[in-house]
Amino acid sequence: MLSRVARCAGVLVFLSGAAAADDRPALKIGMLTIHTGAAAAIGDQTENGFRFYLEEHGNKLGGHDVSLKVSDTTGTPAIAKAKAQELVQRERVDMVVGPIGSAEALAIHDFMREAEVPLISSSALAEDLTQRKPSKWFVRATSATGQMSHALGDYAANTLKVRKVVTIATDFAYGHEIVGGFQRVFEDDGGLIVKKIWVPLNATDFSSYLSQIGDVDAVYASFSGAAAQNFIRQYAEFGLKGRLPLLSTHSLVDESLLPEMGDDALGIISSGHYSAAIQNPENQKFVQGFRAAYKVDPGFYAAGGYMAAMFIDEAIKTMKGPATDKRQLMDALRAVRITGSPRGDISLDEFGNPVCDVEIRKVERKDGRLQNVVIKTYPHVSQFWTYEPAKVLAGPVYSRDFPPLRATR
Amino acid sequence: MTYLLSSLSFGGLLFLVTAGFCLIFGIMRVPNLAHGGFFMLGAYVGVAALRAGLPFPLAVLAGGLATAALGAVFEAGVLRRIGNNEDAQVLATVGLALIIGDSILTVWGGNPLRAPAPEALRTSIQLAGAFFPAYRLAVLLVSVLIAVLLWLLIERTRLGAMLRAGVDDLKMTRALGISVPLLFSGTFAFGSCLAGVAGVLAAPILSAYPGMDFDMLPLALVVVVLGGMGSLLGAFVGSFLVAAVYVVGPVLFPEFAYVILFLPMMIVMAIRPQGLFGSASH
Repeated sequence: MLSRVARCAGVLVFLSGAAAADDRPALKIGMLTIHTGAAAAIGDQTENGFRFYLEEHGNKLGGHDVSLKVSDTTGTPAIAKAKAQELVQRERVDMVVGPIGSAEALAIHDFMREAEVPLISSSALAEDLTQRKPSKWFVRATSATGQMSHALGDYAANTLKVRKVVTIATDFAYGHEIVGGFQRVFEDDGGLIVKKIWVPLNATDFSSYLSQIGDVDAVYASFSGAAAQNFIRQYAEFGLKGRLPLLSTHSLVDESLLPEMGDDALGIISSGHYSAAIQNPENQKFVQGFRAAYKVDPGFYAAGGYMAAMFIDEAIKTMKGPATDKRQLMDALRAVRITGSPRGDISLDEFGNPVCDVEIRKVERKDGRLQNVVIKTYPHVSQFWTYEPAKVLAGPVYSRDFPPLRATR
Repeated sequence: MTYLLSSLSFGGLLFLVTAGFCLIFGIMRVPNLAHGGFFMLGAYVGVAALRAGLPFPLAVLAGGLATAALGAVFEAGVLRRIGNNEDAQVLATVGLALIIGDSILTVWGGNPLRAPAPEALRTSIQLAGAFFPAYRLAVLLVSVLIAVLLWLLIERTRLGAMLRAGVDDLKMTRALGISVPLLFSGTFAFGSCLAGVAGVLAAPILSAYPGMDFDMLPLALVVVVLGGMGSLLGAFVGSFLVAAVYVVGPVLFPEFAYVILFLPMMIVMAIRPQGLFGSASH
């Protein structure tokens, strides 16, 4: 009995001593990522980006030591939900970073809002997370889907001056949104989408889709991972490369895929809120360090993880109280202003979505490797492009049939 | 024209995958759900061999041998102990598929790996105004060649006779003094080898990537159900049928792209539950 009391007292002394040594309590951050299955690579890249920022900053965010709890969602929404509950209720984390996929993010969105725990998205792009289903417990460190393809629609219509375009993309929510955003701006600027080809998620062979392309000025394509690599190769093999310019958004030519793509990828023009080839000192430092650590340029996911950490860091720096106060932390996150990041200056709109630069990139061989060289920057791009937010929100989210093809309107 | 060639070349590839599945099921009655895993492992071993500087045919051999070895070990070490317990067979083979998948992730990482086609086949042939990659035509030829060799093996050799006997009546085969365990190990290794070879041949078309196992497995299952369990002829015809639906279906009916593959299978199952070429006793 006596010994137990003594032990308890000892623990108490130890705890108070630890607290006295540093009045800033350690911050518990939960991370929802993917370590198993087909999407393990992008999960690793996100985590690497986040960890790289921590290493750069002595494992501290806003002066707090960080203890990172990583959970593997396997990319499944139901598991993401269970893991989010585990992180919040059992691990009692101060905030959650992730998850990787939009379907996962939508699955935990309501739970995080009701639990009143900040969720910092490092990659999920679904428009409605910051549009028709906003949550004040959510910020996005990346951008919304259409935000990137709006800019490309403008570039295609006004700089490249192409008129007739066929789109070909994966038949799921992200594909619908990325194509919808491109179509809206491109057609408002005088272009015409002739046909939208949808490819099932598990397709590996694109030959029959490629032969439907027909008489157009350019092709807009959106795929990711292995599908992106196979698409680009088959685009060349079936004689389209060099005949029809290929336009795309970040995922088709992500930095993590470029080393395996070879010359087939040369000349592809894409838009994205990041490129490893952005020429500012902050990005050059980031890319140099990341390359030294992981032997590959950081792409969309690595930059997403890195920026999520930077958002948290910068938000806490503006706080007066400790970052473990979730309500104050959330207010600080929603008001965060980033100056001088690898992606330039970023502020958040009233929905918690970045107003940021969007880069138009072109794949070129530079310094002996393929890079997304920036050929134009659209500064301070909002997720609503130049449209009235209320008007966009009154309409439906981009889908398979929205905006409709002009021929059917 | 492109549709026809695409269907044919994809059908050839599909046949190589399903032939092994079919042999194993026909003889051992094991629904080998790790077959996609063997296919993927073959692709990765092939890519690794190519990167080590081996010529393409040797890479194919390496992929085939690696999967054959793993298949033989798995059969002798796990499947043989399970016996005829179907639930256990399903669980064990799914387990092996997951182990293969995770091991590949650990060794080769999660990014897709590109495999170059052999130098001589790296061009595209122009046919009726459309381009078609020469490599795919070669895959079609190779798969037809393998189909003919398989047919000769099964119909014209003593080993083939033993295999056929095993399919028709296992008890009688055993009674005739044929070593069934040896037959089983050999069949499983050979079936796995075919999957591995298919994997290497597929790599220059599909790349090697995590998840290709479960992209391919449903297709193989559809082919086998359609063609008839254990019938190689069924697998051959079924492969080209499924490939045609896979290639042309989503073009004609884009709204039904996800289900169209299963339609012919459902129709056949409703009318002829044993499959197009399966015998009713199975």
